[in-house]
Amino acid sequence: MAERGDDGKKRARFAPYLLLSPGSLWLILFFVVPLWTLARMALSSKPSRFADPTFDWHWSNISDAFNRFGPQFYRSFEFAFFATLFALAIGYPLAYVIATRGGRFKNLLLGLVVVPFFTTYLIRTFAWKTILADDGPFVSFVRWAHLIDLVRAVPLLGHWLLPSPDRILATPAAVIGGLTYNLLPFMVLPIYVAIEKIDLSLVDAAKDLYNNGWQAFRKVIFPLSIPGVFAGSLLTFIPAAGDYVNAYYLGLNNRSTQVIGSVVQNQYLNQNDYPLAAAISFIFMVIVTIAVLIYARSFGTEDLV
Amino acid sequence: MTASIGAANATAGSGDSAREGGVTSSGGRFMRRLVNFSAAAALVYLFVPIFLIVAFSFNKPKSKFNFVWQGFTFDNWRHPGKYPELVDAIGLSLKVALFATIIATILGALMAIALVRYRFRGGMLVGLLLIVPLTTPEIVMGASLYTLFLDGKFSPFLPFHATFGFSTILVAHVMFCVSFVALTIKARIRGFDWTLEDAASDLGSPPGRTFFRITLPLIMPGILAAALLSFALSLDDFLITLFVTGDANTFPIQVFQASRTEVRPQVQVISTAIMLVSVLLLAGPSIKKLFRRPSSRRATAVG
Repeated sequence: MAERGDDGKKRARFAPYLLLSPGSLWLILFFVVPLWTLARMALSSKPSRFADPTFDWHWSNISDAFNRFGPQFYRSFEFAFFATLFALAIGYPLAYVIATRGGRFKNLLLGLVVVPFFTTYLIRTFAWKTILADDGPFVSFVRWAHLIDLVRAVPLLGHWLLPSPDRILATPAAVIGGLTYNLLPFMVLPIYVAIEKIDLSLVDAAKDLYNNGWQAFRKVIFPLSIPGVFAGSLLTFIPAAGDYVNAYYLGLNNRSTQVIGSVVQNQYLNQNDYPLAAAISFIFMVIVTIAVLIYARSFGTEDLV
Repeated sequence: MTASIGAANATAGSGDSAREGGVTSSGGRFMRRLVNFSAAAALVYLFVPIFLIVAFSFNKPKSKFNFVWQGFTFDNWRHPGKYPELVDAIGLSLKVALFATIIATILGALMAIALVRYRFRGGMLVGLLLIVPLTTPEIVMGASLYTLFLDGKFSPFLPFHATFGFSTILVAHVMFCVSFVALTIKARIRGFDWTLEDAASDLGSPPGRTFFRITLPLIMPGILAAALLSFALSLDDFLITLFVTGDANTFPIQVFQASRTEVRPQVQVISTAIMLVSVLLLAGPSIKKLFRRPSSRRATAVG
């Protein structure tokens, strides 16, 4: 009897490590170690296209990456920032309505948010390419209604978003639109979860207190939903910054739309300049990590990271 | 629960208008409508390209590019396997997704159980190991795996000399699915009553049988949800797969590689079919739930 008890204790001491080891090992071997090899590659040199890379603390890769691809770095974060902003503007009301007014149809509505994303990512983006095509009905309508001119009239942003008065494809606006669309559920779902968790008696109390739905929202619901906004923004911003599918198909990868993801892909898989590509990806990861940490610090939520 | 929310909202709403009337109330009603409208518009927006994909699966394109509407036909649905490279690609995608899901679900479930069930040293570190892959851009994961597989010199820990193909894709997919699986299951089994296991062992059940007869069935809904998620993630992944694919083509890779010269309507057919199957898998349990009596809902709340 005593022996069995000992056994049980011993098992309880080792059991968690036993359960954790296969998954952790996989993540260490195929996530952590590759990052280490990436860092080594970033500091290697490869004198010609067909030569083998050798690790020799080749720091100039880093400055090369910045000097040659600075605009692409900057643009990727710009696109990701606006995509996150638009996803928040579109996604918040949707999450709010489903969580507070969904009633019996909550699950159905959530299902509707998710269903479009079971079609293949690339093909969804193709579909947007068809919609935004230069001679398509959507663009004809938008031109007829002078909506492009309207957006172009926005100070500072207008001409950057839509450099040409008569097309949407191949502009930053198209890329940002595609990113916003493709990442919307990652914004909606965490916000929904956060609003769903709010104790409704608090909301009622706030409505009595402020005697005004808007005040109740501003003072109670919105602050309590901030963890969802935080998680949703990260889940939108990070993939948006690294994506190049939208820039490739909707931005047509031109001078005003090329992003850092397509540079990495091109340098790795087409130019075979592994050290430079590794340096770019490594810098990119470091910038993203720093941005996430600053964001986490300024939001003051410790739910993530 | 949901009924009481509705009732609470209704009373709060009527209280407002009775007390105030006039400007604020109609302003409030206007705001309400505006928010409802923008939510409805967002839902429509979500479905616009989906309608287009479904419609174009019935298109009769004159060129190799299925981008312009030309006429209605059932031919594409009648011959979904007309282009063997697409059939091979979706076959590989399904095979990868199946194996990746099985491996990732087992690894992730074990991690989730360990994290929820036991208190131990290093839990923070494991939590970090699970979170960081989620906050790392896919392009970085793809690039780093490519570097790992590229060359023996750069991967001294790799026990085999990798050739790009099925095995490298599988390794990558399991890697990015494990975190999702572990965190999904962890969130869903947080309320699990572990004393049930003690009760079983007090009644003389050996640990193995306790796990398979008591624990596993109870946490199964969470595991299934995670498995479904990981299957969908694997089937749809493009950014990471492109780096580790070599000459093997999964469905998204095939579509991407071919997109410079052709996009056949069968692409839209397969995509629509994947969506339909996913909807059935998703809606299956909730349709059953609709017909269940409310009293039995609590019993399933754990999973």
